[in-house]
Amino acid sequence: MLELKNIRKYYNPGTLNEMCLFEDFNLTADKGDFISVVGSNGSGKTSMLNILCGSISVEKGQILMDGEDISGMKEYKRNRRIGRVYQNPAMGTCPSMTILENMSLADNKGGTYGLGKGVNKARKAHYQKLLGSLNLGLENKMDVKVGSLSGGQRQAMALLMSTLTPIDYLILDEHTAALDPKTAELIMELTDRIVKEKNLTTIMVTHNLRYAVEYGSRLLMMHQGQIVLDIAGEEKQKMKVDDILGKFNEISIECGN
Amino acid sequence: MAIFVTTLEQGLIYGILALGVYITYKILDFPDLTVDGSFPLGAAITATMIANGVNPYLTIPASFLAGAAAGVCTGLIHVKCKVRDLLSGIIMMTALWTINLRLAGTANVPIFGDESIFDNSWMNKVFGGGLASYKVLVVVLVIAVISKVLLDLYLKTKSGLLLRAVGDNANLVTSLAKDQGNVKILGLSIANGLVALAGSIFCQEQRVFEISSGTGAIVIGLASVIIGTSLFKNVRLVNTTTAVLIGSVIYKACVAAALKFFEPQDMKLITAVLFLIILIIGMDRKKKVKKNA
Repeated sequence: MLELKNIRKYYNPGTLNEMCLFEDFNLTADKGDFISVVGSNGSGKTSMLNILCGSISVEKGQILMDGEDISGMKEYKRNRRIGRVYQNPAMGTCPSMTILENMSLADNKGGTYGLGKGVNKARKAHYQKLLGSLNLGLENKMDVKVGSLSGGQRQAMALLMSTLTPIDYLILDEHTAALDPKTAELIMELTDRIVKEKNLTTIMVTHNLRYAVEYGSRLLMMHQGQIVLDIAGEEKQKMKVDDILGKFNEISIECGN
Repeated sequence: MAIFVTTLEQGLIYGILALGVYITYKILDFPDLTVDGSFPLGAAITATMIANGVNPYLTIPASFLAGAAAGVCTGLIHVKCKVRDLLSGIIMMTALWTINLRLAGTANVPIFGDESIFDNSWMNKVFGGGLASYKVLVVVLVIAVISKVLLDLYLKTKSGLLLRAVGDNANLVTSLAKDQGNVKILGLSIANGLVALAGSIFCQEQRVFEISSGTGAIVIGLASVIIGTSLFKNVRLVNTTTAVLIGSVIYKACVAAALKFFEPQDMKLITAVLFLIILIIGMDRKKKVKKNA
């Protein structure tokens, strides 16, 4: 369970450009939730993920992981239980290392990274099987540098790598936004499969309303640092793209655009 | 023939230094100027130890450890005090000047009459007669190859993979639940350990410690790395660390050739011009200048 309690976040505090993003923000993601988050630009979606993961600090409030306060915990320590995929496919892989080396690195997450062999040959077949399930032909390119792969291939790898070891939470930050429609579709299907297989508590920020409606067990809409729509369960299943599009237009008109 | 052997000797000694620079410049993407201080640091420790009658072979681990400690300091300044990479190196390089002077006592410590890793009763027995003139070259070659092989092996370990990852995509290291700062510090310590080791061997080959021997060491290291990596980029049989060693020998050969036509006081200008030519040919500058300027 992930919780944000009474979060207050200001950007550029104490300057003329001071901007209040969250005044008293609360969110609870229950175990097994697959939450899709939509909202206009600047509504605080990515900031919320950054606060959860510890990439940015907050002025006030608590971040709880399974009831334990992790507000003061460093980002890298939180990542023991969190996997994260970014919008930019380059963020989740090492370009100058081979596919095999990248997979091996990710496979050792949670380990000590000592003087043992970096690449465990015995695990190669396992990696190839996982990569094979993507149908991108990556399983035959184990010694190819990741930098020479396409954005979609790299994003698929980033997703596989972030969920290779046992984790509890998956944070997806517009992870299909930089991909072409067909690849985006493939990555979404893969995401859904992994989340279900590993029973991960997932928060996915997306600008694709259709994905937000089709995938996940709960839907949030954010606007100006607040949650303006929060539906789950049966209501979520019945939801159509037009419904949230209508709501989306409402808040946009308020804004004057 | 003698000049050929000397060039090879010096090329390989500086090749060990270049292996260290390879770690910081190519793997960590960290322009580390500590090198100008850690090279003479190895030399200062070596000269002091030898002058005090310590077994010369102990200078090898001692100088490596001292260099590693200097690298850790640079890393701590950069990571913990959040000073930018170039400046962290400059701070350590400046501090090391005094430390080296204090260690050695004076700016110039001759160790002509003392035993060294090249010159002791055991070595003289093994390399008798006609082999004597190749003695230094063989020892240097052995140390350079051992350093290279150990570095290769290390880069294939889990820790080594993580080190390569931090220069490639530091964000991924955080994602893997590891502190990227600590990985950088580790890389800097190994790099400067190698540099100080080169300093130690250089001091014993020259039979003198000179405080200014480190001035411009980073340029030699960078030039060697760039020559090696760009020349052998597409040669599969030669891996990068071998390429760096060969690069260093080529660089030393270029300098030796240039000195045939110029006076020794032109040395620095020749170095600068050579380095510029190498950078232009290597075409490595675009990315680095953008990132580090």
